[in-house]
Amino acid sequence: MNAADLASTYDLVVIGGGPAGLAAAAVAARAGLSTVLFDENPGVGGQIYRAIASTPLKDRAILGDDYWAGEALAAEAGASGALIVTGATVWSLDPGLGVGVSIAGAARLIQARRIIIATGSLERPFPIDGWTLPGVMTAGAAQTALKAQGLVPDGCTTVLAGTGPLLWLLAAQIVRAGGKLDMLLDATPGANWQRAAIHLPDFVLSPYFSKGMSLLQEVRGRVPVVRVDGLKAVGEDRLREVVYRAKGREHRLAADLLLLHQGVVPNVNLALAAGVTHRWNERQLCFEPVVDADFATSVPGIAVAGDGAGIAGGAVAAERGRLAAIAAVRALDPSARVPDAQPIRQRLQREERGRAFLDWLYRPHDALRRPNGDTLVCRCEEVTARQVRDTARLGCEGPNQMKAFLRCGMGPCQGRLCGLTVTELIAAERGTTPEAVGYYRLRPPVKPITLGELASLPKSEAERKAVER
Amino acid sequence: MFKRLVEGGTAVTLTVDGTPVEARAGDSVAAALLAAGIGHCRTTPVTGAPRAPYCLMGVCFDCLVTIDGVGSRQACLVPVRDGMTVESQQGKREAGR
Repeated sequence: MNAADLASTYDLVVIGGGPAGLAAAAVAARAGLSTVLFDENPGVGGQIYRAIASTPLKDRAILGDDYWAGEALAAEAGASGALIVTGATVWSLDPGLGVGVSIAGAARLIQARRIIIATGSLERPFPIDGWTLPGVMTAGAAQTALKAQGLVPDGCTTVLAGTGPLLWLLAAQIVRAGGKLDMLLDATPGANWQRAAIHLPDFVLSPYFSKGMSLLQEVRGRVPVVRVDGLKAVGEDRLREVVYRAKGREHRLAADLLLLHQGVVPNVNLALAAGVTHRWNERQLCFEPVVDADFATSVPGIAVAGDGAGIAGGAVAAERGRLAAIAAVRALDPSARVPDAQPIRQRLQREERGRAFLDWLYRPHDALRRPNGDTLVCRCEEVTARQVRDTARLGCEGPNQMKAFLRCGMGPCQGRLCGLTVTELIAAERGTTPEAVGYYRLRPPVKPITLGELASLPKSEAERKAVER
Repeated sequence: MFKRLVEGGTAVTLTVDGTPVEARAGDSVAAALLAAGIGHCRTTPVTGAPRAPYCLMGVCFDCLVTIDGVGSRQACLVPVRDGMTVESQQGKREAGR
């Protein structure tokens, strides 16, 4: 598939090929909408079903049933008639529903009548001392390498640290695969139980409960688990030691691989650049788009489905994608046949049950979200917590002004790995809320594009005449 | 740091900073570097600190490398190809790339 082969207009453009995007594309294409799905990865599946069609892991027990559920979803989308383009990076989306996309080094601008953003989530920043050292990675990265390439940790000492369901899932997967995992440092704040407890009955009734319990049991039986309330990575050129505080005492552990995780947050860059209104979610400690029951946003024609609309997991993401697609079909072709939305909403409700418990229980520690001193906040421009805090105290009111002072958020990751930290630090220093502080102003291109790719855009005679003398 | 669970697959050879590195079809460039035990893939523009792949999902931009002469490619998003040339990036982007 080349950029030149794309049509100039599609009824529906779906951005992201995880559960939400696959489910949305399948519903829309079956109902007769001309549908294209773009994903920047070499295959569909998103993060949860990464490499679902190509993983070298044949032993299905390693990744578990929840992973292999992605096969049916990918097959459904593949057979739906939707055009699925992988290796396709969407770098621009404007409020008029124009989409800029690059495929194999050539760019195109195409027009959509409806957009479903399904760009999912990314791991919450984990700004501790030494988190930029080689040898420190995210837990999600290790899971990606396991799913896509069948790579498992096999160093001298591997440590998994942080909080959240994915931490335990990855621990179980590494152990099942015969990988090396020496210690799990559980940084879940003990005080979280107070707020989580009232949601326990809902959690017990949810599908998460039995899965969660057996996962905890499986991991605890095979990996030493230590409760910690302080964590850093130490080394000059690479990770040498993990230093953690447990029961008031500091411990040092020689290690060559530290995998960090403290939950996932919506990947907001594309939706923000398109002008979609977002708000702060205090329970999940992140920004999320404001959406209605059909996942429509403040920008007419643009919906956000999946974890990008607020974290709820893969099964929920697929249901959200279906609802967003049904709404798109109804708007464009009221006579088209679509699945009944009611049972989908019921499944959605059932799946969302128990989420409040998980959110409150695994809410990451303040000190692991709002660092101090020389801890790097912005990895790209190497800006420290002290610099951000001092500048906020000087009178800098928001993340955009902070860019002018410190360049934080202006490196290649475009704030993805520092945005939430900078917002929370400014709010803490200025005694206000993250909602009031806001987030970085994001503009296209939301992914890097070369001048060569831009120059490859097809040009009309009128456009040429406008610049030629 | 990592080992392959599954042997076999189609062998692919890359050149990384002038040295041949064995990879498998289906690897991303970043995964191939990790599997080969390569310590870091770039140094930062500000302090020259070493960096290696961190997120493997296209968001952190720490795995930026030069691939077949094109600078600042995200190694985690580019599939390996036989004969591919990969170079680590030292500090600031070199002029002309």
